[in-house]
Amino acid sequence: MSTTTKPVNQKAWFLILPMLLCVAFSAVLPLMVVVNYSVQDIISPERRVFVGTEWFAAIMRDEELHGALLRQITYSFAVLAVELPLGILLALSMPAKGWKSSAALVIVSLSLLIPWNVVGTIWQIFGRTDIGLMGAALQGMGIEYSYTGNALHAWLTVLLMDVWHWTPLVALLGYAGLRSIPDAYYQAASIDGASKLDVFWYVQLPKMRGVLMIAVLLRFMDSFMIYTEPFVLTGGGPGNSTTFLSQFLTQKAVGQFDLGPAAAFSLIYFLIILLMCFVLYNWMQRVGTQAKEAGHE
Amino acid sequence: MNKPKFQKRSLFMLAYVVFALLPIYWMVNMSFKTNNEILAGFTLFPNHFTLENYKTILTDPAWYSGYINSLIYVGINTVISLLVALPAAYAFSRYTFLGDKHVFFWLLTNRMTPPAVFLLPFFQLYTSVGLMDTHIAVALVHLLFNVPLAVWILEGFMSGIPREIDETAYIDGYTFPHFFVRIFIPLIKAGVGVAAFFCFMFSWVELLLARTLTSVNAKPIAATMTRTVSASGMDWATLAAAGVLTIVPGAIVIWFVRNYIAKGFAMGRV
Amino acid sequence: MARIELDLAHAYRPKPQQDSDYALLPLKMTFEDGGAYALLGPSGCGKTTLLNIMSGLVTPSQGGVKFDGQDVTQRTPQQRNIAQVFQFPVIYDTMTVAENLAFPLRNRKMPAAQIKQRVGAIADMLELGDQLNQRAANLAADAKQKISLGRGLVRPDVSAVLFDEPLTVIDPHLKWQLRRKLKQIHHELKLTLIYVTHDQVEALTFADQVVVMTRGRAVQVGSATDLFERPRHTFVGHFIGSPGMNFLAGRSDGAVFETVGASLPLAAGLALPSGNYKLGVRPEYLTLAPANVPGALAMEVRQVQDVGTHVILSAVREGALLKARLAPDSTQLKVGDTAWLQVMGAHTCFYKDDEIVA
Repeated sequence: MSTTTKPVNQKAWFLILPMLLCVAFSAVLPLMVVVNYSVQDIISPERRVFVGTEWFAAIMRDEELHGALLRQITYSFAVLAVELPLGILLALSMPAKGWKSSAALVIVSLSLLIPWNVVGTIWQIFGRTDIGLMGAALQGMGIEYSYTGNALHAWLTVLLMDVWHWTPLVALLGYAGLRSIPDAYYQAASIDGASKLDVFWYVQLPKMRGVLMIAVLLRFMDSFMIYTEPFVLTGGGPGNSTTFLSQFLTQKAVGQFDLGPAAAFSLIYFLIILLMCFVLYNWMQRVGTQAKEAGHE
Repeated sequence: MNKPKFQKRSLFMLAYVVFALLPIYWMVNMSFKTNNEILAGFTLFPNHFTLENYKTILTDPAWYSGYINSLIYVGINTVISLLVALPAAYAFSRYTFLGDKHVFFWLLTNRMTPPAVFLLPFFQLYTSVGLMDTHIAVALVHLLFNVPLAVWILEGFMSGIPREIDETAYIDGYTFPHFFVRIFIPLIKAGVGVAAFFCFMFSWVELLLARTLTSVNAKPIAATMTRTVSASGMDWATLAAAGVLTIVPGAIVIWFVRNYIAKGFAMGRV
Repeated sequence: MARIELDLAHAYRPKPQQDSDYALLPLKMTFEDGGAYALLGPSGCGKTTLLNIMSGLVTPSQGGVKFDGQDVTQRTPQQRNIAQVFQFPVIYDTMTVAENLAFPLRNRKMPAAQIKQRVGAIADMLELGDQLNQRAANLAADAKQKISLGRGLVRPDVSAVLFDEPLTVIDPHLKWQLRRKLKQIHHELKLTLIYVTHDQVEALTFADQVVVMTRGRAVQVGSATDLFERPRHTFVGHFIGSPGMNFLAGRSDGAVFETVGASLPLAAGLALPSGNYKLGVRPEYLTLAPANVPGALAMEVRQVQDVGTHVILSAVREGALLKARLAPDSTQLKVGDTAWLQVMGAHTCFYKDDEIVA
């Protein structure tokens, strides 16, 4: 939120009331149910025993959970490290005006509008060595490629699929941010003798800070919650090498049908994301402020 | 413009276009083949071009109803999301009020919740109010993550409009609704376009919740597609055709909002 | 500092057929080295286009621009070494004030010690000296505009500083401070300054010479006095002055000017061949006369406004409205009275087809 002086007006509550009602209905009620379950042992619909924090303690000790958490964190960081620079580069490369601009927008955004299971399916086919273009090509180059048998190949394929799928989100946000920079800034920079790199670092990037922050947070949150695409592509395998947190949760909840532990884990899962986002958000704010205070260099 | 840099950028753009389109091209390729051809060999272009797969989808109600259902609940969701997000974003952007920072942050936390967490509660909730298997149920459920996103995006764009414009409008005698609809919203057209696009997008592609809350009447296309395994094995061809068709509505939406995403802000045109 | 010569036109389309196809009708103008000029006119008259052609952001469709005799039409703004200040402050958000000012010099590889000295000097001149290490983004709009200006001034060999309505976002009570600062700078640095505005007060107080423009035409170039005393075009008469010049349409037969049902004798030596003309006289030069004096018109008073420092008297005759600016307490006239206004005088001008003829 911008923090310049804004007038105090409690009547603003009327403006946010419709939104509050919608979201509360969709969020608060279910959350209360989840909290309710997380502290009970639900042996059957009629028999429920209050067990307090037993499930929470058990989950914290779970070794498999630690493994899944580590895999998830590594994955999310890898995703950010690739998609952020690539997305910015793409935003800078997209034409600003004319038919080329519209064409670029449509083509770049295409991958975002494919239902997630279809994304998984596309890459599942694409990576097969018998009927897929990429799989066949890699095999033709002499690489023993197999995303079902080789853990590293599986990881890289899932990562590549995510990059293909989600980089356009970063790019679109960056593009919208770039288009809102008035021409005068570029004109002034040209008059000041700034190089193209200077223009990027001193004019474009600072003015894109807002949208890029949204992009980083969105990508981090969504990659941490990812379920459908890796599930369709690798099913979590080989072994559990590509089993990330959401799949881990679903396996525990659906497979073992134990609502209590599943609910407890759900809450912990949510809190982990919350904590990481909070940290990330504050860190980005501080970095931004420090950069401004120290200037560059 | 600096000539060499220009070429480097358009080269990168071209490379990305190829990267983006290659997997899609492969699926389109497959959609025009028969299952036999797909499994038999490897061809860059269909040997026996066939429209059979598309015909199946467009004539079989089990298939095409999936598309219509998806479009309905996505449309409802986008409209509701924008309607409640616009005034809320304005409040956050222009005013300070009791608890405003806390509410804003709470909003964002809803976006951070894994949908899997709410699976069972939603199921029980909507069953108890008799809204199972309806379009409105899915539309309401998707509000969970779309409204915070819309408020977030719109607030950002709104804060870029100088408050002098609001004040000038009041001095000129505009009432708040009149000002908001006639003057303010056109100024943030880019933001509305971006927000609408993302609402459409996240609702269209979401599978887990949509599938859980629907069975027959409101079943989305994504759910229908997960049922293409039959006795003769995976029906790759029809699956590919169905996949291609899921991209079409999205492409149309982008086409319509492309101008809003592309336009910058008009400074002080009121 | 440079002498800028313009001989150009700028059209919207490649083969202009008529006046409305032109953003700037053919003009020839010279801006002397070290002079302060204003481009004054209503919105859409082409003044910003002219400014951008001078700075190099726009290339004219016909003709060219010369700096100190050299043709610079194809050169970029950077190559022309001009500085431009825009309608809103353009600063580098991530830099401090000092870094903002130093930026153009760093790009020219000036030695650090020299940069520091130069930045300090300009900052002091702009009264930003004690804010040098603050983040530029946190300052108020007027300080930011000063930084924008400073980035232009900091280059020792800047050829001209061009302003495009720079006070637009400045608070009204700070505008005069900035205007005064600009005049100071002009006095000290003796730079060529060109200032675009639609506000006549800004133009007339800032510039030595004002170019009045309307609809793509530069209708008069002159000092504030020239524009006031002898406007060469009715537009100038109407635009400059508050209230603007009064106009009366009428006929001349060589000896007498007939208008609003009266005959006004023309002064001896005033050559006005027969024809239709517009008589123009400024409210400041309309005086009250005794009844029936030659050259005076009997008018019915419609309004008497006491503005404190002066009185504005509005009177009509046969549908024509005249406004006179009189000293306070110089008259007892009320609404409905008959006033005799002396219209003919040394400052009365005559226009044919909106251009001055006498």
